[in-house]
Amino acid sequence: MVPLSWYLALSAVLFTIGVVGVVIQRNIIVLFMCIELMLNAVNLTLVSFSRFMGDVTGQLFVFIVMAVAAAEAAVGLAIIIALFRNRETLNVDEADLLKL
Amino acid sequence: MSSIIESIDIYFLLESLIKIAIVFVIGLLSPVGMNWVERRTLALIQNRLGPNRVGPFGLLQSLADGIKFAFKEDIIPLAANRWLYTLAPIVAVIPAFMVTIVYPFGPEIDLPFIGKTKFYVTNFNVGLLYVLAMTSLGVYGIILAGWGSNSKYSLLGGLRSSAQVISYELSLSLALVGAMLQAGSLDLVKIVESQSGWGGMQWHIFMFQPLGFIIYLISAIAETNRIPFDLPEAETELVGGFHTEYSSSLKFAMLFMAEYVNMLTVSVLATVIFLGGWNGPFVKEIPLLGLLYFFIKISFFMFLYIWLRGTLPRFRYDQLMNFGWKVLLPLALVNIVISAVIGLFVY
Amino acid sequence: MDQIALDIPKLMFLAFAGIAVVAAFNLILQRNPIYSALSLIVTLCVMAALFLMLSAPFIAVIQIVVYAGAIMVLFVFVIMLLNIREEESKVDRQKYLKWAAAPMFLALLAQVFAVIRYVDAQAPPIQSPNAPGVNPADSLGTVESIANAMFTTYVLPFEATSVLILMAIVGSQLLARREKKEDIERIEEALAVEQSEQELAHRTSEKSNEEVAA
Repeated sequence: MVPLSWYLALSAVLFTIGVVGVVIQRNIIVLFMCIELMLNAVNLTLVSFSRFMGDVTGQLFVFIVMAVAAAEAAVGLAIIIALFRNRETLNVDEADLLKL
Repeated sequence: MSSIIESIDIYFLLESLIKIAIVFVIGLLSPVGMNWVERRTLALIQNRLGPNRVGPFGLLQSLADGIKFAFKEDIIPLAANRWLYTLAPIVAVIPAFMVTIVYPFGPEIDLPFIGKTKFYVTNFNVGLLYVLAMTSLGVYGIILAGWGSNSKYSLLGGLRSSAQVISYELSLSLALVGAMLQAGSLDLVKIVESQSGWGGMQWHIFMFQPLGFIIYLISAIAETNRIPFDLPEAETELVGGFHTEYSSSLKFAMLFMAEYVNMLTVSVLATVIFLGGWNGPFVKEIPLLGLLYFFIKISFFMFLYIWLRGTLPRFRYDQLMNFGWKVLLPLALVNIVISAVIGLFVY
Repeated sequence: MDQIALDIPKLMFLAFAGIAVVAAFNLILQRNPIYSALSLIVTLCVMAALFLMLSAPFIAVIQIVVYAGAIMVLFVFVIMLLNIREEESKVDRQKYLKWAAAPMFLALLAQVFAVIRYVDAQAPPIQSPNAPGVNPADSLGTVESIANAMFTTYVLPFEATSVLILMAIVGSQLLARREKKEDIERIEEALAVEQSEQELAHRTSEKSNEEVAA
């Protein structure tokens, strides 16, 4: 069987890649996708703990995280569309004013 | 390395591989057969002959078309994104074929020489959700084909298709919830077994799911982009929609095959969930009859597709969206409430 | 590492992990957002396979339905709608952030090695839900067991989630809505009134200045 530490290591690596992505990318859609990647890395941790503790609670948390991620994607993408309509750019550095 | 070899169950592996091969061949051949039936039936409806030159009754026409696909020059438009343009048909066809492993063709039958054989590759606890998951992945093929071709028609077709599939997927899944509640399981085999009462006629379509069945059928036709919901490839306005730039090569053949296997999948799902799968009169006595019933039921849905194609005009885009969101979705929700109340008192 | 005997699950894990990491790197290194989105879809599907290996079939399938089938379709849809081909090459103002990335990456990698070094756990055996005589509700990760937990112990978070989703629907509707024609006219009217008032004030102040000068 695969030991718990392997899953945790993979999860940490994916989370790290997500963090690095948020730092080096400037495109707001890609930033958003990096955040989804980080959420998923955490989900992997939760599911592997659930398996190794024999308790279903971890999987339940993952379910709720997914629901939150779906809501977040809907609102976030709506914001991105509104931003693009007003500024014609997706670069986060360009969107640094609070007014139009 | 010896531990790896020891951990493999050879007989299980062999059995699964043979079953997968059989199901794969069925998946490959069904578009060929269905295409011929479709063209002949459509011709009958429209008062003409249809393909009748290649082989007896034109039976080999699809084969000839297949050979033509394989030998035609494969043209990639200059402006297209080569990588996505090539990837799109593959992405469309793989999920379509991945679903075929959960088709429950028949019950566990005692065959001569072989012994007890299950007429499905596998069944899992979340089989129904697996089917929905794979069909929802199929939309990427269409989106990528539309985007990668770098043409107006393709892009519009891809946009329309993704909007349509997302909208109708909701009512499709919700229409299934009522039947799930009554079957008490998401395992396709268990759902079929739950409909074996009344001498094999206790199907969910009779047991309080007629509304769910109708909603499912309409959403399934929209989900597979067929007439009257074929907006993504409406040839009178979008030339060919997302596959405009795909000249008749193997790439087009793959898109075509994905469409037909998806049609097969929604038909199988309708049969399994609402029409009792392999159940029917005398199946308990002669289990092999189950396979025949299954085939007849699927053929009925396939014929329905062709029938609709021959008789109905196309929806307008705003009508399509309004119908999906304002009619089908509320009806599906009402159906869930009704099923829950019935379930409370009957089961 | 010599005491670790390789078996089929481990090989599968290594293959999936490799694909996931490569796809994740591709996600952050691509310039074209559509390639990033495709890499993320690959990562999500591989993640679903890992969930299956962790005997969480329900979560695995939901992962594909919700993430790959709905959320990512939405992303790709938006990328197509805005028709972003390549990222516009403008002056990058946050260049120093790229230098901060390297040490962060190293720090988190150290954490990974610590995990591999010190965490040790054995998975408890679980029943297969397909085995004869097993109630699926007793098996880990099946629909039945998750439903049991969700509608008894965790019913409040579940309901809270539904409220959250309702808020998201209303919010995104409000954000993505185009301004109504009457609204725009009203705003323009208000702006015009404001402008004329300003002009009036300007003129009167000029006049008073002239008077002072006179």
